[in-house]
Amino acid sequence: MEVEHFEYDNRTPRDFAIASIVFGLIGMIVGLYIALELVFPNLNLGIPYTTFGRLRPLHTNAVIFAFVGNGIFAGVYYSLQRLCKARMFSDKLSRIHFWGWQLIILAAAITLPLGITTSKEYAELEWPIDIAITIIWVIFGWNMFGTILKRRVQHLYVAIWFYIATFVTVAVLHLVNSFAIPVSLFKSYSWYAGVQDALVQWWYGHNAVAFFLTTPYLGLMYYFVPKAANRPVYSYRLSIIHFWALIFLYIWAGPHHLLYTALPDWAQSLGVVFSFMLIAPSWGGMINGLLTLRGAWDKVREDIVLKFMVVAITAYGMSTFEGPMLSLKNVNAIAHFTDWIVAHVHVGALGWNGMLTFGMLYWLFPRFYGKELFSKKLANFHFWIATLGIMFYAIPLYWAGLTQFEMWRDFTEDGFLQYPNFLETVTQLIPMYALRSLGGTLYLVGFCVMIYNLYKTAKAGSFIADEAAQASSLPTGATPGRVAGEHWHRVIERRPTQLLILSLVVILIGGVIEMVPTFLIKSNIPTIANVQPYTALELQGRDIYVREGCYTCHSQMIRPFRFETERYGEYSKAGEFIYDHPFQWGSKRTGPDLQREGGRYPDSWHYNHMDEPTTMSPGSIMPAYPWLLDDDLDTASTPAKIRAMITLGVPYPENYDRFANMDLMKQSNEITANLKASGIETPPQKEIIAVIAYLQRLGIDIKGENKVIFSTEASLVNPSK
Amino acid sequence: MSALFLLLFISIAVAVVFLIAFLWSVKRGQYDDDYTPAVRMLFEDSPEVTNKETKSNQPK
Repeated sequence: MEVEHFEYDNRTPRDFAIASIVFGLIGMIVGLYIALELVFPNLNLGIPYTTFGRLRPLHTNAVIFAFVGNGIFAGVYYSLQRLCKARMFSDKLSRIHFWGWQLIILAAAITLPLGITTSKEYAELEWPIDIAITIIWVIFGWNMFGTILKRRVQHLYVAIWFYIATFVTVAVLHLVNSFAIPVSLFKSYSWYAGVQDALVQWWYGHNAVAFFLTTPYLGLMYYFVPKAANRPVYSYRLSIIHFWALIFLYIWAGPHHLLYTALPDWAQSLGVVFSFMLIAPSWGGMINGLLTLRGAWDKVREDIVLKFMVVAITAYGMSTFEGPMLSLKNVNAIAHFTDWIVAHVHVGALGWNGMLTFGMLYWLFPRFYGKELFSKKLANFHFWIATLGIMFYAIPLYWAGLTQFEMWRDFTEDGFLQYPNFLETVTQLIPMYALRSLGGTLYLVGFCVMIYNLYKTAKAGSFIADEAAQASSLPTGATPGRVAGEHWHRVIERRPTQLLILSLVVILIGGVIEMVPTFLIKSNIPTIANVQPYTALELQGRDIYVREGCYTCHSQMIRPFRFETERYGEYSKAGEFIYDHPFQWGSKRTGPDLQREGGRYPDSWHYNHMDEPTTMSPGSIMPAYPWLLDDDLDTASTPAKIRAMITLGVPYPENYDRFANMDLMKQSNEITANLKASGIETPPQKEIIAVIAYLQRLGIDIKGENKVIFSTEASLVNPSK
Repeated sequence: MSALFLLLFISIAVAVVFLIAFLWSVKRGQYDDDYTPAVRMLFEDSPEVTNKETKSNQPK
């Protein structure tokens, strides 16, 4: 055994840490901005790029993938080297990973406000960016496994297990959920439709929470909490047990996002059972984290890093208790579509991810710069204002969620809805929304104080880009590294298990690509005879609906409760969504459900409502969409869209892409004439016409009054047919 | 609902990967010692400190 001298790379984790701070600031400012838009609806200043619908995905993507994502990489690159007693596998890969990830974030920040979105929550980025994410993710994995292979410690510390699970699962989730057919460079349709799309999306969505916001952060917790407390983790055995239990259970929990929807019951029940069981491994982690501080609680009073960590772990414990409770059907019936869910996720995001990141940054910066933290007082101030901010954020929204539900389901003694006008249940919440914005502001102020504090710390010290270290090499034969000049693949061949895992991953990817198309097209056989594909104009209108992010406030899913069917109409059936690529069920009702919107109001109502919502519903907090009235519809894209839909199995007539625009024009003219009859003059090629066409189609097929006739070659030759 | 079966297949495949990883880790003795790893990670690898130790401990 020989003592080897080497250096840890501090530059990569430092850069990721700075990126996390920069994008965290942006993501939180955007969050505060859209929170205020719910109080002051005109805050988007009348421009399309700043509406709630377009900025909400930017906010979620920025905080999840930019703030937390860069936080993960900062922590992983710092701790992995020290746990493996080895420098990162390749500095070049580290650089590519860093800049690649920042470019992806930049692309997201540009495309999302432009309305370039797939509308699948937390997976909104369009296909070229999805491919870039895949490449960069593989580079991250390559770098990580390379480091693990050249480690100088035989034993893989538990944190590393969490990092590995994160890498493997996120790769699979991302691939499966992003499966789509491109229409153009910036537009694609999800390969799955309706219920299936919803299921895949929330399988992904929940596991994004599990394997992007939870497992990597648990890994970070297992490194930074013992380090900060300078004592070993409470029970190493518990950490191993809860790790394996957690990753085996988490992947089945997704369907709890779809309780009481058109998803088959058994799938819902499966989701409930696994979600409930998750409480055990989740609390295993929470207990292990908190008990690490047993006998050292006096340190928490003094140590700023530990303070943040303790609140983070406590928030983790609370939200992982709340999660299983929310996945019970009777509790979910109350909370789903309300602000309760928004409160729940923010306890997780602001509490668990945010506070743990702050603790980690306060630990890292003094070590990066070889200097004590600039001001303990300011860090303390940050701690308290952030903790208060979380409470001011969450409590009003819990209140709002319960209020909203109570108002939705209230009946008068005569059996009528107590609040038949949905708007009443929204305006009631505005004070709570204002309070929530205050909570967000407090949190943001604390964040800015941290930036100043860390900046001053960095300024006072000098950056240690390469930290000298030494460790004994592993006994030879344990994990033979690469011999100079040897072919790279020889290294893998000597490790049959790794080879097996790698090939399984490859098989999985291949299997998915192979199976998905054949598997899914068959299921587009209509189960409800009346349900027909969208007309070309409706399809275009639907794409505008997606572009504007209407789903961020409006659901299209009526649950089978009397208080919902009274308000909206017949509950939703799975067969109604078979042509919906992607599904638009939504997850939050800031506005009413739109599944049965078709025929509810005249065309002119929608026209005026889009121009200025308050003219039709005084007090509405929906922004105005005047650009829909001014902008021309892009009909050049129609044939490509129809062709894509035909590929996905939507039964348009043969060669319909050639006649689609003709039908589109015809339908536009009808709606224009209809508007004219109500005294509204508008050219037929405006976007608003397509939006009206789509909204008027929603949910009417099962009533059997609608019959769409698609032009075909035959019908053109002989129009009487 | 073929997507269900697709997801079941993929989820089980991921679970199998994890199972293999678990069996591998047990077989390789990763969990034979559940005390030292938790303590070992607390030590820094700065050359100044360890140099003295290795010099005194290891005749070379």
